[in-house]
Order: sequence, then C-alpha cells, then structure tokens
Amino acid sequence: MLPGIIALALATIYLCALLAVERQLFIIGLLVLAVVAVLGAHWMGWLAAIGRSFADREGALGVLAIVAVGAVAASFHDNHFVLLLIVTVLLYTVATLGLNMQFGYAGVLNFAGASFFGIGAYTSAVLNAHTTAPPLLVLLIGGLTAALIGSLLLWPVLRTRGHYAALVTIAFALLLKAFLEVNDVLGGPQGLQVKGMTIGGWSFNDNIELGNVELSFYLSYFVLSLALLAGAFILVRRLERSWIGLNLDALRLDETAAICFGLNIARWKITAFTLGNFLIGIAGALFGMVGGFVAPNNYTFADSLILVSILLLGGAGNPWGLAVATVIVIVVPEKLQTIQEYRFLLYAVLVIAVLLFRPEGLLPRPARNYFPGWRP
Amino acid sequence: MDPGLLAQYVMNGLMVGMTYALVAVGFTLFFGVLDIIQFSHGDVLTVGAFAALLTFVGLRSAGGGAGAILLLAMIIVAIFAMAALGMLIARYLVLPLRTAPALNTLLITLMLGTVLRESVRLFYPQGANPKPFPALLPSNSLSLGNFNLRLDNVIMLTAGALVIAGVEFLLNRTKLGLAIRAVAQDEETARTMGINFVAIVLIAFAIGSGLAAFAGIMNGLYYNEINFGMGLYLGIIGFAAAIIGGLGSIYGAILGGFLFAALQTIGTVALPFASAYKDVFAFAVVIIFMAWRPTGLIQEKISERV
Repeated sequence: MLPGIIALALATIYLCALLAVERQLFIIGLLVLAVVAVLGAHWMGWLAAIGRSFADREGALGVLAIVAVGAVAASFHDNHFVLLLIVTVLLYTVATLGLNMQFGYAGVLNFAGASFFGIGAYTSAVLNAHTTAPPLLVLLIGGLTAALIGSLLLWPVLRTRGHYAALVTIAFALLLKAFLEVNDVLGGPQGLQVKGMTIGGWSFNDNIELGNVELSFYLSYFVLSLALLAGAFILVRRLERSWIGLNLDALRLDETAAICFGLNIARWKITAFTLGNFLIGIAGALFGMVGGFVAPNNYTFADSLILVSILLLGGAGNPWGLAVATVIVIVVPEKLQTIQEYRFLLYAVLVIAVLLFRPEGLLPRPARNYFPGWRP
Repeated sequence: MDPGLLAQYVMNGLMVGMTYALVAVGFTLFFGVLDIIQFSHGDVLTVGAFAALLTFVGLRSAGGGAGAILLLAMIIVAIFAMAALGMLIARYLVLPLRTAPALNTLLITLMLGTVLRESVRLFYPQGANPKPFPALLPSNSLSLGNFNLRLDNVIMLTAGALVIAGVEFLLNRTKLGLAIRAVAQDEETARTMGINFVAIVLIAFAIGSGLAAFAGIMNGLYYNEINFGMGLYLGIIGFAAAIIGGLGSIYGAILGGFLFAALQTIGTVALPFASAYKDVFAFAVVIIFMAWRPTGLIQEKISERV
C-alpha cells in the first residue's frame, strides 16, 4: 500500500504546484518534469508497484484520493478560477465514467457524449428557471432526461454495429446542436442562463464566510461534485466487478460467443447505454449550474470527441486511468494558454499516436481482480 | 404547385444529390477494397475545397488568367493534392491498422478528420469564418416562367455526371478497375493472381479522395461559400447515402445520393418548419433510416457487413 500512498502524496503536491504557478515557462517546466518523472518511474518499475498497491487496497487508497483532492481544493479555497477548474475535472470524470460504461465495458459506441452532457445542462437551466423543483431532484431529472432522449437512439444503435452505430451517434450530435441553435424556446445560439443551486436555504452561489476567512462559493459545488464522482466511481467499479460487468465484457469481446452463452445482447446494451447516458446527464446538469450558463457551442461534436479522447488516452475500462486522463486533458490547456486554441487539434493528434503505438491507452485496464490481493 | 417552382426544386435537388453521390462513391470505394469506413472522407473534401481556393488566390495574385483556365488549374491542383493525401492516409494510418480491431481504424480516421478540420480552421487565414468561393463559371441564365435555368448549374451537373461515368468506366471497363474489383471481392485470391494489393488500395484511396476534392469544388461553386465544417456535414450524409444504396456498390451509392437529396428537398417543401430545421431534418432522416434499413435498400449478397 505504501507505493500508492507515496504516489498520491506526490500527485497532490504536484497538482497544487501546477495549479498555483502562473508563469507559462514554469508550467512548461512542470509538465516536462511530470513526463520525465513518469517515464523514469516506469523504467524503475515503480509504476507497476503503484498499480499493484491500487489493485490490492483500492478502498483505502480511494478514501485517500478523496482526501488528496480535498486537500488540493482546500489550498485554493479563495481562488474561484482554480476551484472551477477542479470542479470541471470532477464532473468531466463522471461523464467519462458514463462513457466508459458504454464504450469501455459494453463496446457500444457513443460519439455524442457532449450532447448528453448538454441535455443535462439544458434540463437544469429550464427546470431551475420555470419550476421550484429541489436542486438534487433537478440533477436526477437531468440524468433521466439524457437517458430518455438517449433511448430514442436505442433502436438504431441496437440494430447496427461498429461504423454504423458510430454514424448514428455522430448524426445525433450534429442534430442536437443544429436543433438547439434554431430553437428559440431554448435560447437559440445565445443559450440560457442557469440559476445556481440552493439547498435548505443555503445558496451555493454566495461566498462562504468562516470567521475571518472567506471561502469561494465554488467550494459548495466542489463538495457536491466530489460526492457525485465518488458515488459514480463506486457504482461503476461495483458493476464492473459484478456478473453484470462480466456480461458486458463478454458482449464487447465477442457478441456471437456471448449469444451462444445465453446472454441477452439487447438487454445489456440497453443497460450500459442508458446507465452511461444517465451518468453523463447528471454530470451535465450539475455542470450547467456551476457554469451558470448553457449554449449550443459548448456541446459540439468536437467536445464529444474530447470525451472520447479522454477515454482512449486513459485506457478504456480503467476508471483510475480516466481520472488521470481527465486531469491532463482539462487542466493542461487551461494552464497553458498558448495551446488552448489548438486543443482539439492537439488531442486528436495525441489520440492518433496512442492508437498507433499504445492502443490500450496510457494506463491500460488491468486483468480482472476477483479478490483483493489475488494474482492471476 | 407552380411547374416553374417545381423545376427549381428539382434542379436544386439534382445539384445537391450530385455532391452527395460523389462523396458516397468514395465511401463505397474504400469499403470495397478494405472493408473500412474512412470517417475523415468528408474533411478531405473540405481540405480539397480550401486547396482549390488557395490555388485561386495564389494564381490571381500572380497575374491570373481567364476564368476557365483558373478553374481548370484549381480542379487539377485540388484533385491531385487530395489524391496524394488519400494515399498518405491509406499508407500510414489505415493499412498499418489492418490487424488491429476495426474499431481502431474508425477512431483513427475520426480523429484524423478532426485534425484536418481543425488545421483548416486554425491555419488557413481566418479559417474559422466562412470563405467566399469565386464564381468562375458563366452566370448566364435562361428564364422559363418562374424557373431560372442557370448555365453554371448545367455545367456542374454535366461535369459531375461525366466524372461519375468516368469512374464507372474505369472500374468496369479497364484492367485497373478489374484489379480493384478483384481486391474488393477477395483479397487473398487477388493477391495470388499477382495483383499488387497495396498499390490497388492506394489507387482506390487516391480516386475516392480526388472525387471528394471535385465534390468540394462543386459545392463551393454552387453555394459561393466554403467553411471548415462543411465536410463533416457532407461526410455524414454521404456515408448515409452510401449505406442507403448498400455499401460496396457504386450504383447504389449514386442512387443513395440522389435519393437522399430528393428526400431532403421534399422535406423542405412539404414541412412548413423544415427550412429553419433543415439540418435537423437531414440528420433525423439519417438516424431513422439507419433504424429502419441498416443494410440499405439494395440488400447485399453477403450480410456480415453491419
């Protein structure tokens, strides 16, 4: 367990440093340092040791990871920008976990991830503006709406495979953006304002004052996002380890064989696709409230491809890898302003390189771990 | 309906359908030789159109010449450049992944499409904005009642038909076409018959990508405007058209292209809200069609394709 603790501690310190530094030159230096350090650790065999300790004591290290993220957030307690960035990373991780259900486990392609994220955000915009539904219920409804609209795609997605299913979801991504742009009720190209969250009279959009210390209002959202991520992570991990996960793996690896073993293909595809969209929708609904604003241009096909890039970079099927990849994909362009404009291009090139040279992703999914401490 | 207006719609539908058909033929060619879908095909079209525009700008600043010569130069440069690009894609991205899962080819071409699209947006001067495309064809027109028969449209339709007929001739009447069809039918047997598999794949990609460049120029001349996102749209619809006709058949692709254009035109005319929701309607048709007939209208002999 020790290597895992050390790795988490180092990652925490590193993230604090990266988020605190403003000078572009230092940021580049820090990024180079990270690449060198990771390569070095790999060469020394430390990465494998870290992976083993995570496999053996996942629960304890998971709690520590939550503490670590909390520590990073606490050290930026009055910095709106950094906290917003952290919340974005947390919610995008939830969304990619949803995508991971569909693509990483069941093998159902979804190139409209950002669209379902957007459906969640638009749902919270509309519900907060026109109803007095409690915010946590709004989050739930956001997820359900995404799942429901996603189920419209089920028929074509179930009838097709591979390239054809990809075409269906891409067409849906383009359709939804075109629809949002011309629909006046939903604000057209300008989008909508989203009212912030209020739970039990506690408005999430007011700064918090503790004695003399003023805390950023994003901290409330941070706590909620972290709770959401922890819940989603546990859910996905539990599902993966259960017989449901086994069924989904069988489905992805060989459909014909799965049918021969009596698996109901349609049922498991529907489960994975709907559950994935549900998670993406919840994350989107909360993200809408955090940002306070939704517009069609934030949920384009290019953004969906960013989500897919995170999945492929991190290693499809490995939730820990996804978390790392999300940090890289979201934080680096925000800190390194020069590449912000080029991020779609950059990540596309990066993914091509990964597919050519390391198709299983940066942190490949380890072999299924049936019992803690069990080695195949 | 007024016959003149109807003729106008038919003309528009034919023009759009010709573009779709040209794109769909490319998809069908790639699918034929390698059983893959080249998802960056639409973006190759965009790059082709921008290459033509760049040629135009370059030639005009160098002194220029008559419109027809300029256009010819644009077409030649764009087609050859895109043919080369298509061969590069096949050689370095598609062929190396032959043994990997088909999914990886899909993802890699999808990401390549993003690279091409973003490169145009970022590196072409003010590439994020729509660019005016020069109207180089004669703009004479013949008025028949409400119908305005434009000479440039007639020229483009004829040129498109000639190009498609040329590809058809190449595939069905020449030795090269025989080799392409042999590879499409059975790669192993084709190899044992002494056909250079890699060369045939590269040639098929060159032809398909050249067609995309031509379609891109046609699209630019028709709308007098090009933008970096047009290929994504045309690629999705072209792919859908290729599926409608049954992937792998060149006639099917042409049929699918015109059928899709007809459906779109009818939708625009018949549904009152459809003009604002034009794109929504087009993509909804794609999705519904995929649900209804995932293997296309013309059923294939081998059905292990979906």
